[in-house]
Amino acid sequence: MKLFVSSSPHLRSKKTTTGIMLDVIIALMPALVMAVVYFGFKALLLAFICVSSCVLTEYICRKVMKRQNTISDLSAAVTGLLLALNLPADISPFIAVFGCIVAIVVVKQMFGGIGYNFVNPALAARVVLMVSFPTAMTTWTNTRFMGVDAVTSATPLAAGEGAYSYLDLFLGNIGGSMGEVCTLAILLGGIYLVVRRIISPIIPVVYLGTAAIMSLILGLDPLYQLMSGGIMLGAVFMATDYVTSPITKWGKVIFGVGLGVLTMLIRTYSNLPEGVSFAILLMNILVPHIENLTKPKSFGESRKKGEKV
Amino acid sequence: MNREELNFPKKPFFTRGGAKVPHRKNTANCESVVLTDIPEVMIPMSQHIGAHCKPVVAKGDKVYVGTVVGDSDAFVSAPVHSSVSGEVKDIIYITLPNGVVSETVVITSDGLFEKDPAIKPPVVENKADFLKAVRASGLVGLGGAGFPAHVKLNVPADKEIDTLLINCAECEPYITTDHREVLENSWNVFSGIYAVKDILGVKRVIIGIEKNKPDAIKLLKEMADNQKYDPDDVIRVLPLKSSYPQGAEKVLIKACTGRVVPTGKLPSDVGCVVMNVASVSFVAEYLKTGMPLVRKRLTVDGSAIKNPQNVIVPIGTPVNRLIELCGGYKEECGKLLMGGPMMGIALFEDTAPVLKQNNAILAFNKKEASTAKGGSCIRCGKCIDACPMGLVPTKIALAAKKNQVDVLKEYNTMTCMECGCCTVTCPAQRYIVQSIRLGKAILREEARKEKGAEVKK
Repeated sequence: MKLFVSSSPHLRSKKTTTGIMLDVIIALMPALVMAVVYFGFKALLLAFICVSSCVLTEYICRKVMKRQNTISDLSAAVTGLLLALNLPADISPFIAVFGCIVAIVVVKQMFGGIGYNFVNPALAARVVLMVSFPTAMTTWTNTRFMGVDAVTSATPLAAGEGAYSYLDLFLGNIGGSMGEVCTLAILLGGIYLVVRRIISPIIPVVYLGTAAIMSLILGLDPLYQLMSGGIMLGAVFMATDYVTSPITKWGKVIFGVGLGVLTMLIRTYSNLPEGVSFAILLMNILVPHIENLTKPKSFGESRKKGEKV
Repeated sequence: MNREELNFPKKPFFTRGGAKVPHRKNTANCESVVLTDIPEVMIPMSQHIGAHCKPVVAKGDKVYVGTVVGDSDAFVSAPVHSSVSGEVKDIIYITLPNGVVSETVVITSDGLFEKDPAIKPPVVENKADFLKAVRASGLVGLGGAGFPAHVKLNVPADKEIDTLLINCAECEPYITTDHREVLENSWNVFSGIYAVKDILGVKRVIIGIEKNKPDAIKLLKEMADNQKYDPDDVIRVLPLKSSYPQGAEKVLIKACTGRVVPTGKLPSDVGCVVMNVASVSFVAEYLKTGMPLVRKRLTVDGSAIKNPQNVIVPIGTPVNRLIELCGGYKEECGKLLMGGPMMGIALFEDTAPVLKQNNAILAFNKKEASTAKGGSCIRCGKCIDACPMGLVPTKIALAAKKNQVDVLKEYNTMTCMECGCCTVTCPAQRYIVQSIRLGKAILREEARKEKGAEVKK
């Protein structure tokens, strides 16, 4: 009789990396559907282009590096979908594909693939595109319900407070990237992720809460600030990216506070159109340090005040 | 005595972490069957934590049930006894499932199970007598650890013990032996508790039991309320949440008393002694009859077993014979476990003998025996949420692989009790606790080196 010998435990949970990524894709569906509603079929096409080019790029990368192929874990598909939702609907497909290659090759695979990238691939790619193609990346398509007097529109942040009603902001009848316009759709996705225990609500809640307090301090309208620009999409889907956010509970709190403060400072005092991407990238880089600061206390550990851990 | 002063908890205290593992207590309603058709037993000299015993019998000797076959002068050790009557066939060396090579007495059974004529109930007048009797009984922690009971009960005089905890959590999937012990031997459980409680001089006794055993909880509660079984009215039953690892010593102490055992300390440092329910039951049995630990109740279950059931077998029964008596394999067996699926040891051959601290033999089919792939850590943090000890398992595992001694120390690696919650919950199917075990070995090696350097100075 041939017996298999291994070290305990001999059980495994059914929840796998692939399952988690699938849940993220499901959570992104409302945002994608709303993008199609507002911008038409081209939104779906762009998403398809991004997802397939990310997956293909990852496949080729792993082949070239002679590593075990990881496209089945769906993380490349998530990156592609997230990047698509961060682009204007009318962007050239070539620019989109370029972004996908940057995300997968430069940000993800060069550092060792899933789990080893130190910044969020989709966001880093978006920033690369933003500095490389500033015009294309900020030419926002009108939604279908905006009237026909203009083809493009300003984002709520550029237009200034009061340019859009709260209802338009909430439902997404505004200018912006495909996936960031509809606050409602993003919230639905976020609730799904929290209920399925894929993400902890700490980062989004602290991030948005800090941003709201910062707006009050800076004399801005918190509701308007939270529902415009990429902050919702960023808080729910980008800042909660496992790999690039702290794993400790207090680390998540610090991370969220940092994001909120940086986002609002960039929005108010810089001449960038939006602060979410840069805020998240900056905080991503600080994650290892945040984790070192917030090592949890283990069972029965006695740690005196001021003692170096 | 005023009951209020004893501070019995109304509900369990908070315990962090844990993993939702399937219960699979298929054999909870199976009354234990005594198996005797065992032609040969193998009694290893190492069935406990501590010094190995030396055989005190020779080839060809006639032995009876309860005859001492191995003993040791060391304090941390427990004698081993023959579990059948018959003749010593040979004394050989075998490799136990945990990798320890142990001298082993092989005894051919005559099938009569004759009791050793020297066996009589021990005379216990004081604590020293009691501890001597417990040692002579060969009792070790029956929950799985196998720590000699007389060592645990010999609490230093400077430590005040106020609580005796009876571990009936049985949080491992499949295993139902403690459950059956309560249902089948409840009288022994209570008289055993009284014997131990009086020796330790504790004020209160709490029986911690997981909620997934409602019939056992009902029975224990009825008995604890009954003047006849609990004349001093100091025993209470505390139903615990069904979450692995509620039965781990430190977790059980926290859940039942709210006390936290400091790192590197023992339960006695927070006034507690924890005993498995089967151990206290055995103490009562031994004081009554003087028959040492020669039989063990086991759960035989798993996807490859034809007739899952609870059995009582002589210690030293070869696993293959045991499985034959349970109807054999239903399908091809891929993995054989001694113990539960969370902390049990995988056997490398099915001829291994049943040991004292053993409480289950599980056989899994080929499909369930397959192992995880083990991808990259995606830093989801589920292992941190699951860790009952509040550690950062993924960090420790990575540090162990990279041999980073300072990181291993900083992250309190030695606090890990290897329950495996991190590994069960890991979506990337990584071998986390296995790497942490490696990390603990690295730290032990490091400590040895440091000690060696000090001696040289």
